[in-house]
Amino acid sequence: MANELTALSTIFTEFYYWVTVVFMFLIHVGFCIYEVGVSRRKNHMHTLMKNTMIVPLVTVTFYLFGWWIYSAFPNGPFIIGDLVEAPWATPWSELMGSHMGGVPASAGLTADDTASWARLNGVLWAAFLLFSWTAASIVSGACIERIRSNAFWILAVLIGSVMWIIDAAWGWHPQGWMVQILGYHDAYASGVIHAIAGGFALGILVVLGPRIGRFREDGSPRVIPQHNPWLTTVGLFLIYTGFWGFYAACNIPILDVQQGDGIFFSATNIYLVPTTLSAITFNFLMSLAGGLMAGYIVSKGDAFWTYSSGLAGIIAASAGNDLYHPIQAMFIAAAGVVFMYKMHHWVEQKFKIDDAVGAVAVHGYAGFFGVCIAGFVLWGYPSSPNPEYAVITPWGQIAGAIIMFWVLGFAPAFLVAKLLAKLNMLRIPMEIELVGLDVALEIKAEIAAKDLIGAEREKAAAIGID
Amino acid sequence: MSTGNIQDFLGNIAEIGPMYPFVGWEWLFTLLCFVFWIGWHSWQIRHESREFREEAENYISKEILERVSDREAADPDVH
Repeated sequence: MANELTALSTIFTEFYYWVTVVFMFLIHVGFCIYEVGVSRRKNHMHTLMKNTMIVPLVTVTFYLFGWWIYSAFPNGPFIIGDLVEAPWATPWSELMGSHMGGVPASAGLTADDTASWARLNGVLWAAFLLFSWTAASIVSGACIERIRSNAFWILAVLIGSVMWIIDAAWGWHPQGWMVQILGYHDAYASGVIHAIAGGFALGILVVLGPRIGRFREDGSPRVIPQHNPWLTTVGLFLIYTGFWGFYAACNIPILDVQQGDGIFFSATNIYLVPTTLSAITFNFLMSLAGGLMAGYIVSKGDAFWTYSSGLAGIIAASAGNDLYHPIQAMFIAAAGVVFMYKMHHWVEQKFKIDDAVGAVAVHGYAGFFGVCIAGFVLWGYPSSPNPEYAVITPWGQIAGAIIMFWVLGFAPAFLVAKLLAKLNMLRIPMEIELVGLDVALEIKAEIAAKDLIGAEREKAAAIGID
Repeated sequence: MSTGNIQDFLGNIAEIGPMYPFVGWEWLFTLLCFVFWIGWHSWQIRHESREFREEAENYISKEILERVSDREAADPDVH
């Protein structure tokens, strides 16, 4: 970094993404707390571990191949072109480690690649990785209390390090083929994270089936009460908080966006279109407000659904939250919440889908809605600074939403879940489900406690305390 | 003996490349990482199946089921 301006903008960008990662960590903390709050006491520890182990497994696989997929797959590959060379993103690249940006040792790396990626590779990898954890964690909540951990962790790697990052390469990359051909616009990931994760969760749930007792013989659902509503509240507040980092991480903080002569530095969205943090702050909060208010009305003040609706509101407005007016964002959020709430109950009744935390609704239906509605509200807007790319249209967005939810989300999850079920690896044994996944832990803890109390009583008797 | 390429930080910093030890062995690191990941799943799948078998043999009884059910009926959630 030969001059101060380059050094400042590069190191600012490096620090910016680093901070977003710290914020986004709270999303995972929130999901863990939330899931434990929703699950019954007999399943707490397994529920917690199921979500916790997403962190290492998706991290390792995102290092091995997820990050490379993002840079190598914008053309499909073989939809509009070949694989793209991405020598900074292979797990054996020298730029996937500590590096000062000096002369590259590896063939295939240019001096320019080396200088910039040495600073930004780790923090960008981590920012995308935190999205990966989020995608897997969304799926986790839907299938609590009856999925085998081994099956879930295989599926978590599939959504976290393969499927979502393919969709990001296609529709959330400045040169992604969906952006070029469909004019796909999804600035804050209504589709690329939420719709795909919701569709993926639904694909698993169809095969996995409901928890024992969830539906009566006449098909009406029984309520399975949350263990601890206060934990679910704290969990959802933490997810809201982490969502700030999520929004920030969807931007590039400083870039010269002036085409032709002149210089104009601005933040941009993921497509390199200029935006401001101010704009997304307005819209994030107004869509949160719209979601909460609509959720309160449709659920008649139910706390679980009102909180979830705040999240669903943000998700419904996210695709266009770089461009919407804040009041548009609020009403889009409110409409998305009504849609997802009605869809959840209709699908639950009609198909007997036991979505324990409403993940398919909050992320899947609201995300799908958000991608589609952006096509109408932003109709005719450029999807990219590149004037040769398609503009935003309703049909481009609807096609994009279908690709996210059904093609990359539902279909692979359904197929892999079917395979796992065939291998008897998907669902826990019925007798374990009845007594709870933590049965052995609880009994061992009881025995240990009795042993300890016995020892203490002996000691007490020995010193004369009866 | 040195495991890395860096002897000091006195020269031109802009010329410093990879800073980790054993530069040039990244393929081996990747292979080991891959084996560790697959090996972990393999161990975990067997471990979980064994755990369920043992639980079914040792901890499933009418008495335990009734105890869990009674607890849930008495204390479905914590307010």
